[in-house]
Amino acid sequence: MTVVTDVVCPLCGSVCDDIEVEVEENKITKVIKGACAVGKSKLQGHERIKSPMIRVNGVLKECSYDEAIKKAAELLAKARRPLLYGWSSTVCEADKVGIALAEEIGGVVDNTASVCHGPSVLAIQDVGIPCCTLGQIKNRADLVIYWGSNPANAHMNHMKRYSYISKGYFLPGGKKDKKLAVVDVRETSTSKMAELFAQIEPGKDFLLFSAVRAVLMGYEDIVPDEVGGIPKEKIVTLANMIKESRFFITFFGMGVTQSRCRQNNIVNAIQTTRAGHLHTKGAIMPMRGHYNVNGFNQVCTWETGYPFAVDFSRGFAWYNPGETASTDLLGRGECDVALIIASDPASHFPADAVKHLARIPVIIIDPYHNPTTEFADIVIPSAICGIEAEGSVYRMDNVPIRVRKVVNTDYMSDEEIVERILEEVRAIKEKEGE
Amino acid sequence: MEGIKVILISGRTIAQGENLENKMSEEYFNAVAICELNEGDMARLGVSADENVKVKTDYGEVVVKAKKAKGYPEGIAFIPMGPWANALVSANTRGAGMPAYKGLDAVITKTDEAVLYITDLFRKYKEEAWKK
Ligand code: SF4
Repeated sequence: MTVVTDVVCPLCGSVCDDIEVEVEENKITKVIKGACAVGKSKLQGHERIKSPMIRVNGVLKECSYDEAIKKAAELLAKARRPLLYGWSSTVCEADKVGIALAEEIGGVVDNTASVCHGPSVLAIQDVGIPCCTLGQIKNRADLVIYWGSNPANAHMNHMKRYSYISKGYFLPGGKKDKKLAVVDVRETSTSKMAELFAQIEPGKDFLLFSAVRAVLMGYEDIVPDEVGGIPKEKIVTLANMIKESRFFITFFGMGVTQSRCRQNNIVNAIQTTRAGHLHTKGAIMPMRGHYNVNGFNQVCTWETGYPFAVDFSRGFAWYNPGETASTDLLGRGECDVALIIASDPASHFPADAVKHLARIPVIIIDPYHNPTTEFADIVIPSAICGIEAEGSVYRMDNVPIRVRKVVNTDYMSDEEIVERILEEVRAIKEKEGE
Repeated sequence: MEGIKVILISGRTIAQGENLENKMSEEYFNAVAICELNEGDMARLGVSADENVKVKTDYGEVVVKAKKAKGYPEGIAFIPMGPWANALVSANTRGAGMPAYKGLDAVITKTDEAVLYITDLFRKYKEEAWKK
C-alpha cells in the first residue's frame, strides 16, 4: 500500500489539489483526506466500459481499439455536418487535438459551457469582467455572495477551501471575520448558513441586480418597495454589506445563467459589481461546473479566437451561439454524425435534441457507461484524466493546474484516441485526394 | 383530476452529483426521477411522498415520484437536473445557445402511470425520433 499526496480531483470546477489517497495493487482503495463526498465517489471509481464496441444489427459488440477508431474516422471523414461535443471532463491536451479534428472535417466543436455558463461567456465578451483568483478571495474577501448557486451541494469544498469558511491571511478568523449572503429561489444548505438570505422569485434576478446597482450608485429613492419578492429594506442591507466590505466577491451559478434573461442577467451582475467599485474592492466569478469546462474555453479561444460553439463548415472559424451551439444544431435536426467525448448530452440536453441523437450515428469516448452510450454506435472507452492520465486543466478562476496520473491503465487516453482518429481522417482524405 | 400550476426549476443535488458518472444505476434513478414540492402543494395535489405525479410543460411531459421538501415557497417545483427534467425543456435557445432549463411554467397532476426507467425513457425517445 502506498499513500499518494497532492492528488487533484477531476470532478468540479473547484479542482481541489491537496487530496491524499491510498493505492493498493494499482487501485485507489481509500481517500484519506481532502475530497468531498462527490469527489471521493469519483476517485474510488465506478463500473467501467470494458472494451471498445461497435453496434452491429442493433447490438453493441466488443471490438479492438483499432477497429473502433478506424470506423469512427470513416464516419467523421464523410460526414457533412458533424458535431464534436463535450470536452469539459477531459484535459486541455485532448481539447486541442479535438479542435484540430473539427477544423479538418469542417465540423462544429462545442463544449458543455453551451448548457451551463455559455451565457456568462457571452456576457464577459460584452462587458468584460472584474476577476481575481480563488487565493485572493480566500485571503481578502470579507463578504461572500452566492447568487443562484448552492456550493454546499454542487461544489462541496468551495466554501471551505476558498471562501466563507476558509481562514485567510488577512482574515485569520475564517468565517468569524467574513459575511455570507445568498440569493436563491429556494432555501438551500448554503442559504441556511447565510447572514442575509434573499429568497427571490424565479426569473427576477435581472430586476434584483438592477435594484442593488441603483442603491450602490446612490439612487435608493427610485427602488420600489419590493423587487422580485425581496423587500426594499433587504436590498438596501445587501447593498450596504457590499459598501462596508473591504473586498466582496459574488459567485454566481446556473440559477442566474439558466433563468430568464440569461446572458443579460450576467451583464447586469458584472455592472453591479462595478457599481460596488464606487465604494470598495470586489470581483465576480462564475461557478464553473466540470473541472475543465473553463479549460476548453481557454484552448478554443487561443486556437480559433472563440470560446465555444465554433463552426468550421465555411473553412474558417465561425461563432454564433443560437445558431452554432449543440442544442441549436441538434434541435434543428441538422447534424449527421456526433462525436461525444467526456460528457453526457442524453442526460443534459432537452428531449428534442436527444431525439436527434437517436437518428444519427453517434461516437462516444468516455470511461463510463452513461445514458448517451444507449444511443452510441461506436463506444471507445478511455482512461480517467486525473486518475489514470495526466494533463492540464483550468480551475474556475482561470488558474491552470496539472492533474496527475495516480495509477496505471491499459485504457488509451482521450488525447491519444482523438489523435489517432485525426490521423486516420487525414489518411482517408489524402487517399481521396489522390 | 385537476392539476396545480407551478414554476419548475432544476439543479444539482448531492445525490445527483454522487451518481453523476453512475447514471445507469438504481441510485441515480432514485435521486433524479423525482419532483420536490412543498407540503402545501403536496396536499393540494392529494399526493403523499413517493406517489407518482405527471409534470407537463408546453414542450413535453414526464412521470416522476413526488417528494416533500422544505424550503420551497408554494408554487415552485424542483426536479434535479437529468433526463427526466429535460423531458420538459424546449430545444429553442432563443439566440443564446442555451436552453431555458429553469423557470418553466408547468402543470402537475397525480397519476397512476409508472416512472420510466432510463432505458425505457430513451427507448420511447428512439421510437418517437423515428416517427418524426
Ligand atoms: S469540491 Fe469539487 S474538486 Fe473538490 S473534491 Fe469536491 S468534487 Fe472534487
